[in-house]
Amino acid sequence: MDERYYILILLFPLAGFLFNIIVGRFIRPKWTSWVGVMSIFGSAIVSMFAIFDVMSGKTIEYNVYTWILSQDLKINFGYLIDQLTAVMLFVVCFVGWLIHIYSVGYMHGDPGYPRYFAYLNLFVFSMLMLVMGNNLVQLYFGWEAVGLCSYFLIGFWYEKKSAADAGKKAFIVNRVGDFGFALGIFLLFVSVYALNYSEVFHKIPFLQGKTINILGWDVDLITLIALLLFCGAVGKSAQIPLYVWLPDAMEGPTPVSALIHAATMVTAGVFMVARLNPLYGLSDTALAVVGIIGGITSLFAATIGLVQRDMKRIIAYSTISQIGYMFVACGVAAYGAGVFHLYTHAFFKALLFLCAGSVMHAMSGELDIYKMGGLRRKMPVTYITFLIAALTISGVPGLSGFFSKDEILWFAFSSGKPYGKFLWAIGTITATLTAFYTFRILFVAFHGKFRGSVEDFKHVHESPLIMTIPLVVLAIGSVLVGYFSVPHFLEPIVGKVSVMANYAQERFVMIISIIAGISGIMIAWYMYIVKPQLPERLAKTFQGIYKVLWNKYYVDEAYSFLFVKPTIWFADKFIERFTDIRIIEGIVNGIPKLCYNAGLWARRIHKGYLQQYAIFMIIGICIFILILLSR
Amino acid sequence: MIPLNWYLILSSTLFTIGLVGFIVRKDLIVMLMCLEIMFNAVNISFASFSYYNASLTGQIFVLFSIAVAACETAIGLAIVLALVRNMRINHSDEITNLRG
Repeated sequence: MDERYYILILLFPLAGFLFNIIVGRFIRPKWTSWVGVMSIFGSAIVSMFAIFDVMSGKTIEYNVYTWILSQDLKINFGYLIDQLTAVMLFVVCFVGWLIHIYSVGYMHGDPGYPRYFAYLNLFVFSMLMLVMGNNLVQLYFGWEAVGLCSYFLIGFWYEKKSAADAGKKAFIVNRVGDFGFALGIFLLFVSVYALNYSEVFHKIPFLQGKTINILGWDVDLITLIALLLFCGAVGKSAQIPLYVWLPDAMEGPTPVSALIHAATMVTAGVFMVARLNPLYGLSDTALAVVGIIGGITSLFAATIGLVQRDMKRIIAYSTISQIGYMFVACGVAAYGAGVFHLYTHAFFKALLFLCAGSVMHAMSGELDIYKMGGLRRKMPVTYITFLIAALTISGVPGLSGFFSKDEILWFAFSSGKPYGKFLWAIGTITATLTAFYTFRILFVAFHGKFRGSVEDFKHVHESPLIMTIPLVVLAIGSVLVGYFSVPHFLEPIVGKVSVMANYAQERFVMIISIIAGISGIMIAWYMYIVKPQLPERLAKTFQGIYKVLWNKYYVDEAYSFLFVKPTIWFADKFIERFTDIRIIEGIVNGIPKLCYNAGLWARRIHKGYLQQYAIFMIIGICIFILILLSR
Repeated sequence: MIPLNWYLILSSTLFTIGLVGFIVRKDLIVMLMCLEIMFNAVNISFASFSYYNASLTGQIFVLFSIAVAACETAIGLAIVLALVRNMRINHSDEITNLRG
């Protein structure tokens, strides 16, 4: 296929968006949904050609037209499809497509049907723009656009205040990160005068050792750029300290969560770090920050996930934790392993969410796992697919999650970075916790006895085929995708990781990670199947810890106290009272008032006496003549 | 030959008479007459300058100015007539309807 046609990958979802947003409301909902699904399908087909091209060893770079031209600044609208983009295209198009199909069933009967599919298409379009662009401005465009779409979709049921608030929270928290991201791009541009990836990578090595003076401190330029860009990744990929928006993003429809967590949005940060690996590779400090933030986030989020009761919330914390894993890999310069985990994670996380959606569908919106139980007999397909996803995320050997997770742990262990062993230890603990909380959902919700009323249990039913087929496909994907070695595939882009360990150690790391996963499952089984009273007893014994975890370390409260309340106070006391009322309203109302008063004053000399006017005229003419004569 | 100054003195005297009359007198017809006097004072100075500068421009201007003055007086008289007929007003101080 000619490389020019690959722009169709972008155009299909865009066309779907435009169609659904403009004419969607005038046609039958059925058609809008199929337009949405088929547009992503079109992208998937075209991207398949692109992926085959890349696999045969080609790298496709094509500039469509000059977007912005201003002296030094020249930005082309173009696309770059190399190995890294190919992996992302596969994830975004295929997982995105399955989520679209699932949505057809899940959103059935919602009054906002056309709007939903329009935004979903726009979301996929934005993500494709992000991964396909061949320069940083397109990356930034996609970056902001996925943020915007997440706002639209999280707040999809905007009549609900919590949903509208969650949308705002996601958008605002992302903006904080994006501010750093934009600064990073600006700094990069003024340092190398280029924004195209190939040019930037060509010029980056010349920046080594250069410093920039900030408030009297000399800061290494590359480190600063890398860290500023990473700010954006922290926001978008929900890492400490900007992860708070992701758990709240549950307010949106469940397939949207799947899309945000798996195919689009949160993976953008990992993609960005992997894409800019020549930059990150030059700064050890930046890599250390990336790795340590990733490691701490993964452990932190996993501990919160242990005690939550809301099914989607647990899975959301698991996403944060898993993205942390990917950053751990990036932090030890094993970008390939990071993207590998991104790729496998997309499948099993989408699957977990879609299963949660299926359960919600059956439980008429109930998400508390302690109000479920014994669902496996009523929902066999959901149960089995959830089981597969849970086994995959726990890193059971032979499933895809095992390969990517083991890869990350191994590279963390063997990278030779000073913080490598530390990250490995955290990663291994997190692996146990991950297995534990995932199986906690499984055992509590699907096993045991139903905890609600008999009426409710009668209502529980398996979801329609249109929802279960994507589940099955994703389950098959979760098992199989790990057999395609992404790190090896990505070697031309991200290079080979230098390993400082021997074969015996590799074995050791692998066995430890298997034990970690299995032990997590066993503990969950023991606590929730064998001795179901144990968790409550533990919660009572360790009440302090339990409370802290249950309240998510009070981070939301702390942010509310530190940022939200002062901002509202400031807005209320200062902006509203002073700026708004005095300055803005002062100007807006003041000018008409001034004119009115001037008019009041001026009308006093307009008495309506003809002769008085004549006198004024004469005086005026006399003044003119005097001025003329005196010159 | 009569010097230019005499003409100018005549002109300015007439103009001042017209001006003062316009301001002081309240009768609308008289005010219109005063306006005519001012016009003609200006016309005298035009004509005299024209004569002394040996240029016809001033005299042609006078013709224009007479034509304009005729129009102006016609309109002015029409307004005064309308005021007198409809509102019984013939006094400048009584027409203050358009005051600010």
